[in-house]
Amino acid sequence: MKKTGAQILCESLIEEGVEIIFGFPGGALLPLYDTLLLYPQLRHILVRHEQGAAHAADGYARVKHKAGVCLATSGPGATNLVTGIANAYMDSSPMVAITGQVARPFIGKDAFQEIDITGITLPVTKHNYVITRVEEIARVVKEAFYIAQTGRPGPVLIDLPRDVQEEKTEFIYSGKVDLRGYKTVFRGHPSQVKKAGKLINGAVRPLIIAGQGVVISQAYSELEELAEKTQTAVVTTLLGIGSFPENHALSFGMLGMHGTAYANMAVQNADLIIAIGMRFDDRATADTKGFAPQARIIHIDIDPAEIDKNVSVDVPIVGDARQVLQSLNKEVNEMKHEEWLEQIIQWRQEHPATNIREGDELLPQYVIRQIYEITGGEAVIVTGVGQHQMWSAQHFFYDRPDSFISSGGLGTMGFELPAAIGAKAGRPDRTVWCVAGDGGFQMTMQEMATVVQDKLDIKIAVINNGSLGMVRQWQELFYERRYSGTQLWNPDFVKIAEAYGIPGIRVGRKDEVISAIQEAMYYPGAFLLEFVVEPEENVYPMVPPGLTLSKVMELPEAAQSKMGG
Amino acid sequence: MVSGKKHTLVTLVEDKPGVLNRVASLFRRRAFNIESIAVGQSEQPDLSRMTIVVTGDFAQVEQVRKQLDKLIDVVKVSDITEEEMVARELALVKVKSDISNRSEIIQIADIFRANIVDVASDSLTIEVTGEEDKVDSLIELLRDFGIKELSRTGRIALTRGGRGSAK
Repeated sequence: MKKTGAQILCESLIEEGVEIIFGFPGGALLPLYDTLLLYPQLRHILVRHEQGAAHAADGYARVKHKAGVCLATSGPGATNLVTGIANAYMDSSPMVAITGQVARPFIGKDAFQEIDITGITLPVTKHNYVITRVEEIARVVKEAFYIAQTGRPGPVLIDLPRDVQEEKTEFIYSGKVDLRGYKTVFRGHPSQVKKAGKLINGAVRPLIIAGQGVVISQAYSELEELAEKTQTAVVTTLLGIGSFPENHALSFGMLGMHGTAYANMAVQNADLIIAIGMRFDDRATADTKGFAPQARIIHIDIDPAEIDKNVSVDVPIVGDARQVLQSLNKEVNEMKHEEWLEQIIQWRQEHPATNIREGDELLPQYVIRQIYEITGGEAVIVTGVGQHQMWSAQHFFYDRPDSFISSGGLGTMGFELPAAIGAKAGRPDRTVWCVAGDGGFQMTMQEMATVVQDKLDIKIAVINNGSLGMVRQWQELFYERRYSGTQLWNPDFVKIAEAYGIPGIRVGRKDEVISAIQEAMYYPGAFLLEFVVEPEENVYPMVPPGLTLSKVMELPEAAQSKMGG
Repeated sequence: MVSGKKHTLVTLVEDKPGVLNRVASLFRRRAFNIESIAVGQSEQPDLSRMTIVVTGDFAQVEQVRKQLDKLIDVVKVSDITEEEMVARELALVKVKSDISNRSEIIQIADIFRANIVDVASDSLTIEVTGEEDKVDSLIELLRDFGIKELSRTGRIALTRGGRGSAK
């Protein structure tokens, strides 16, 4: 029996195990939306802006370890997806984005809502397709999911003209993909693994830097085995948070611009760096010329183009982190590095990073810590970008994988709420906290309607400091307090939430924090807490731009005493 | 940012719409100036062969090569700069000419084993094939007569010997 293009698309998605589509309809998708009614097993979550659909698919992908699907109509629907697609591209998140396109006879005629979305998304997709015949749909969907989910994951876009959705053909879904230009190396080269093993066995001051690749390949136990067997300290990148339990004795937090001072000192003094599934992003390395000056570097990554891109390395191993670590663990000896570990622990004592100043004022760090305490560290924390993001990274201790979802590479404000929607839709069994800044929250807060319509139990914490805090911090520190464009007039967030049907509480005092978080947790449904925090609180430690990781700025002592610590 | 020597990249790509755009876009994004790019059918039915000449140091070109290799439609890409290769370019040169200097120009063309492919009362069109140096030299000599139009294909290249460079 012949089926329409729209039916074939839906059935192909079901073949790929898709359960949820985040989307927004439009003229070029009318045939597909009509067909979606026939496939109730494909749950459609209607967002309020297509950017939200893409971020939700991204959040979903990160907790499910499979591609998230978003759907938007042609023209503005498609262009609204672009930020979310770019975000997924920068953070290697698997995604299949499907866009409607004007009917084939109108392509190239500047028709109503026609846009060249494959051209626009060329540099921010792993691959993209324009379907020109109904016979291509099943093969393209198969390839799209394969490309999105294998190797270094990423977004793939499929542009589907309206008339192709109505054309008919036989539906045959092949289990096989034949892409001669796409090969992924999974196993590390044995001689490279041996070389790496030798370096590790000879190292006196080794350090593991774990990145998101560990999370993507779910190499948690392999990483733990390597660290424990060789007694090697572990620091993570921002997106590597959750790859290694932060309460483990060998965990020393995050490195980089807002990493702990002792993690950065360990990097700068190590004689061997074992970098796993990370790409030497400038926020992690600071000035690369002075990065880890005493160390030889082993770099394990599945993307060969990451080798020697930002930092030149001594032993590259191209492969899947899990498979490489499995073979590497066989090459390394049981070791002890007591002196070196004691040194890092001493730095930690001298430069504590997890203490929160005592005092009466409501500090954002305290809010994050209380969310940690009250959720027992079990929550999935989904953040936007800026100060609240860094405090969430620093003051919640992540012991479980897939617990910290954040926009790393692109740094997309407004990511938090839609990504939390995706995370909660994908993992309804987990407590999901959307931690937002007052700036970024206003970029996508219309998705509260989606939260309510789909009955998603998401707890929202708006950290309100009345400004675009991270930019303000830079203006304070590097532009002599000239606050340009960073002071915010804000609406009443609690009233806004209430207008959407989400109950909320404004918290302005420290002694109200615990009961408010408890109330949010107790409430059976979405809840919003607005925390009116210290307006000029800064994120420390900080490595000022252009300097090396050795130049860590800590909280000035004057500020510490002023706050009456 | 671009310094260093000329590199010849030979790629086999899927013969599909948009592939040239994908390749060109990648060079733009990595801030590389393409000196020449030549595309045409290869020995395999659905694959085209592209010869791309870029200037850069080894690390920069290696980064671009690896990024190119990540494109799904790029089946194979090799930097054959350090290999033994045969490289050729074709140029068409329309040079001002009249009865007074026509034989002189034809003599020059003969030395370069170039062909006269069109003769008009006020011009000659010369077709020359060879390595870029040879094409450059002929063009230099013809400049004195006045070049009306010039079109060069850019380099195409294959490695010498039996082994294919881009299989």
